[in-house]
Amino acid sequence: MSDLTLTVMRLGFLAVLWLFVIVAVQVIRSDLFTTKGAARSGHRAAPTAPAAAGQGRQPQGQPAAAQQQQQQARQRRGQPTHLVVTQGSLAGTTVALHGQTVTLGRAHDSTIVLDDDYASSRHARIYPDQAGQWTVEDLGSTNGTYLDRQRLTTPTPLQIGVPIRIGRTVIELRK
Amino acid sequence: MSTFDVSRGSTPTTGRRRAVGRSATGDAPNRRNTELLMLAFALAIPMLAYANVGLAMDGSLPVGMLKFGLGMAVLALAAHLAVRRFAPYADPLLLPLATLLNGLGVVMIWRLDKAGKLLRLNFPAAGNQLMWSGLGVAMFIGVVILLKDHRILQRYTYISMVVALVLLAAPAFFPSRPEDYGAKIWIRFGSFSIQPGEFAKIILTVFFAGFLMVKKDALALASRKFMGLYLPRGRDLGPIVVVWLLSILILVFETDLGTSFLFFGLFVVMLYVATERTSWIVFGLTMSLGGAAVVASAEPHVKTRINAWLDPMAAFGPKPPSQSSEQIGQTLMSLGSGGTIGTGLGQGRSWLIQFAAKSDFILGSFGEELGLTGLMALFMVYGLVVQRGLRTSLAARDPFGKLLAVGLSSAFALQVFVVAGGVTGLIPLTGMTMPFLAQGGSSVVANWALIAILMKISDTARRPAVEPAAAIPEPAGPGRLPATGPGAPDESRGATS
Repeated sequence: MSDLTLTVMRLGFLAVLWLFVIVAVQVIRSDLFTTKGAARSGHRAAPTAPAAAGQGRQPQGQPAAAQQQQQQARQRRGQPTHLVVTQGSLAGTTVALHGQTVTLGRAHDSTIVLDDDYASSRHARIYPDQAGQWTVEDLGSTNGTYLDRQRLTTPTPLQIGVPIRIGRTVIELRK
Repeated sequence: MSTFDVSRGSTPTTGRRRAVGRSATGDAPNRRNTELLMLAFALAIPMLAYANVGLAMDGSLPVGMLKFGLGMAVLALAAHLAVRRFAPYADPLLLPLATLLNGLGVVMIWRLDKAGKLLRLNFPAAGNQLMWSGLGVAMFIGVVILLKDHRILQRYTYISMVVALVLLAAPAFFPSRPEDYGAKIWIRFGSFSIQPGEFAKIILTVFFAGFLMVKKDALALASRKFMGLYLPRGRDLGPIVVVWLLSILILVFETDLGTSFLFFGLFVVMLYVATERTSWIVFGLTMSLGGAAVVASAEPHVKTRINAWLDPMAAFGPKPPSQSSEQIGQTLMSLGSGGTIGTGLGQGRSWLIQFAAKSDFILGSFGEELGLTGLMALFMVYGLVVQRGLRTSLAARDPFGKLLAVGLSSAFALQVFVVAGGVTGLIPLTGMTMPFLAQGGSSVVANWALIAILMKISDTARRPAVEPAAAIPEPAGPGRLPATGPGAPDESRGATS
């Protein structure tokens, strides 16, 4: 092999090696947005994961019951289908409602884990009552749960689009 | 990727980024095609290196090129297909990066095989390494398929502690052989030997993650503030003291500086990540320096290493000190002769690193033949692996997964640091293998398992919101819902205890 060929190969190999690194970094760059999305949808997915994990302790969270209620929910149009966090560190997070109880708080096993200094570990829960009406209940939190500026004292029926405020986090039901 | 850009472009400019119900369309970004492309690229580079070595040393393309290429390609493709099927949302880069490192390692070992008699104790190892890589990829596929959810590992917190301790302690009870040069890190069955420390690394990380997840609040909050540092309570110091003693014991009985440093460092990093208290790092550094100083003054093997580090060239002097070693000096010279762009593959004189050129000092060979430029690229690749691991940890949602991902990637990073630092003379040399590059079956298999666990965590972390079974009419396979596995309730209980 001539020296020239070998030199070209040597430099070429280094170039290819670095090209790989650069391409990999480009993949990460494009991935940054993806993982941001994944983190977002991750937060969105988070509820499903702990929700499922939390089912064991939620009496109305039994899978069968949930499925039944999902069917009910599908029959009735005009029912809220999503819970959306509109303000706070989780802003943009969406939780699909399927008839299961949604717990809110700082505890790891909450459906929506609030990263909010003013939230208690088990702050509030949102659940469908006997009639299937979504209801919010404060679970004896320190700083209270506010439904459109009213501090909750009893379980209160929820309307679509009315903000629930917990510390700096605002949540509302959406269709 | 493209679907994602579209959805980003169409997002209204109000503060809320994600329109509701994108997940319902089911076309979440899954980077498997990116992975396949990168994998092809990662396979092409070792092939190029292989051809380059053959052209430089024999003047022709090597005979086994097709076989080598096919072997690597089959392994990589099998791994890729397993990922596609069982971890579809996993990180797209980890597999190509690991494949590249593994492939380059095999090529360099083959190149050193070709040095023949010039290298002391040289026997062909490339074929063996390729076989171990095959086992490693099999391990990878096995973990990807069998580990349905990384949180299952959390159930085995204390079992993994016991297993790790047994694995760590075992080599001390096996007779050491003269070829091992002091370090007792192998378990032998006849001609077959494994290095349990490599596996203990992963198992111990599982234990640390499970343990710290439960104890982190006690460790972080029950402390007094003193001179800007949070001093933990005496009883909370227990675990760190135990791990410290353990790593000192490893150091004394197995004279294995690297493993000892790796485990202690890993624990300190994970403590810091779990508790966010800088004081743990201060404690950890003080304890490790103190411990190392005491052991170094007492243990002759460690002392040799320290002497070789302080004055690597002393061994070549007219009066070489008795307690020194010429390895570091040889490696530094090979790095130096490589210069900025290296001598070219197959054109260096890497056999001049007489001892362990294929294993502990393989970086010296790379540094000589690829130069600083190539070595930096390799470090970048390692850095990217670690970055992907940490990124996975950030994206992971369960505290155990976060800690496990941080732990595994820091173990990987620490190992690279310990080896690279030792070979370049930054820190005293320790007998560890460069992950994926160096010759050594246990190391390759264990590191493939490590990558597999990271990929499973990232698969769970990056998986978009799955509509529960009702939204998809038929049950779309239980594997698609990570947390609805039978173990999920236990884990949530573990998280709050």
